[in-house]
Amino acid sequence: MTSYVLSDTAVLLKRSLRHILRSPDTIVTTAVTPIAMLLLFVYVLGGAIQVGGGSYVNYLLPGILLITIASGIAYTAFRLFTDVSGGIFERFQSMPIARSAVLWGHVLTSVVANLISLVLVVLVAVAMGFRSSAGPLAWLAVAGILVLFTLALTWLAVIPGLTARSVDGVSGFSYPLIFLPFISSAFVPTAGMPGPVRWFAENQPVTSIVDTIRDLYAGQPVGDDGWIAVAWCAGLLLVAYALAMRTYHRKIA
Amino acid sequence: MTTTPAIEIDGLTKSYGDQVVLAGVDLSVPTGTIVALLGSNGAGKTTAVRILSTLLKADGGTATVNGYDVATQPAKVRESISLTGQFAAVDEILTGRENLVLVAELRHLRAAGRIADDLLARFDLTDAAARRVATYSGGMRRRLDIAMSLIGDPPVLFLDEPTTGLDPQSRIEVWRTVRELAGRGTTVLLTTQYLDEAEQLADRIAILHQGRIIADGALAELKRLLPPAKVEYVERQPTLEEVFLTIVGHAGAGAGK
Repeated sequence: MTSYVLSDTAVLLKRSLRHILRSPDTIVTTAVTPIAMLLLFVYVLGGAIQVGGGSYVNYLLPGILLITIASGIAYTAFRLFTDVSGGIFERFQSMPIARSAVLWGHVLTSVVANLISLVLVVLVAVAMGFRSSAGPLAWLAVAGILVLFTLALTWLAVIPGLTARSVDGVSGFSYPLIFLPFISSAFVPTAGMPGPVRWFAENQPVTSIVDTIRDLYAGQPVGDDGWIAVAWCAGLLLVAYALAMRTYHRKIA
Repeated sequence: MTTTPAIEIDGLTKSYGDQVVLAGVDLSVPTGTIVALLGSNGAGKTTAVRILSTLLKADGGTATVNGYDVATQPAKVRESISLTGQFAAVDEILTGRENLVLVAELRHLRAAGRIADDLLARFDLTDAAARRVATYSGGMRRRLDIAMSLIGDPPVLFLDEPTTGLDPQSRIEVWRTVRELAGRGTTVLLTTQYLDEAEQLADRIAILHQGRIIADGALAELKRLLPPAKVEYVERQPTLEEVFLTIVGHAGAGAGK
């Protein structure tokens, strides 16, 4: 049985990727909101925001990338919810397949779909003047952090995907995640925030992740922020995975 | 081959909180027969099928399918069964053919494409093979659903209310399919709330009421539970179903459009 984990996951990954290919609007929709924010903040509000040296689009892009992921995983929850409510989830569970493959197919699809959305957003940013002096290794590091962040949020999205009773309940969970970057260094430096807000902003995961990506793009040394960012992502991933698996085992018990 | 029953249920219980759904169900389904589990809505039919197909754990009692215990050998049970749930469990975004290929690949069968094409032909779906399932009618979906369940030739098939929500023609098509399956030696446990469906299809009928099997036997045996038949003369009107089928053209001829 276990020897089929990989092949079963591959079959189910192929299936979900077909879903995405046939409704590319989900990827476009995922990218539209972050791109709109990018335009709004760079061309409307950005002129009034002081971020030290460098252009505002360079400053803003890392936070926008995280928002892209936060809105992208809502579709993962939605696709899983559709499987559960439509009965095909139970069909898979009653078949002699590696059961974990059913979730992994969706999780890997989420990574692929989010990477495509991220590329779209980066391309728009480049058109708006985003420039990076990062070498291949730094780009690889950025991609690594973004994939880790995507995995963490995706496993979180598995929980409402399995338990939600309505479509509204499925997508609702992602709103706080989309909002989180606003109370961080993603849009403005934290230095100007009042005490408690600043404390929260500086100690929540988004700030360290955003700062790390920003340094990588600028070709600067990353320092401790890099490790803090990776620790946040890995920690979130472990907690989300454990919670998702607990939900899953309750569901199929 | 010995005469081990394909399904053997002994004292099965299941409750949700205070609500007792199964209060000690005993049932034996001989290999190669069609047994109908008859009961009204909420009688516990689906719960029983979910336990037998390893989707739900029983609180007490034992159940074996194809000789394997559902609680301790669930993987072996899953290799022996196919489940067709109450609602057609098909992938709407994929085409009919892709749905079949998907299941064949998950069952690790070679020549998934050929298996899919054979089933499409057998279930009159060849013309619709390349269309997305979202465009299918209810009857076509159900046929595809059952076709997906047959991949890999599992010896035991669970059909949970297979004709609920279907039009009369599709219903007769499903019945024909089930009979054909039993003819090939597949054991079928089907649940239904339609008396005529049980009468039409089943070798044995088990009536599930308030969590227990209150009657179990062949139709003739069940009829013996009532006072003996007496002869009365009644003018026989055609049923609406007969009228419907006559007007729209007979369904048995295939071509489910």
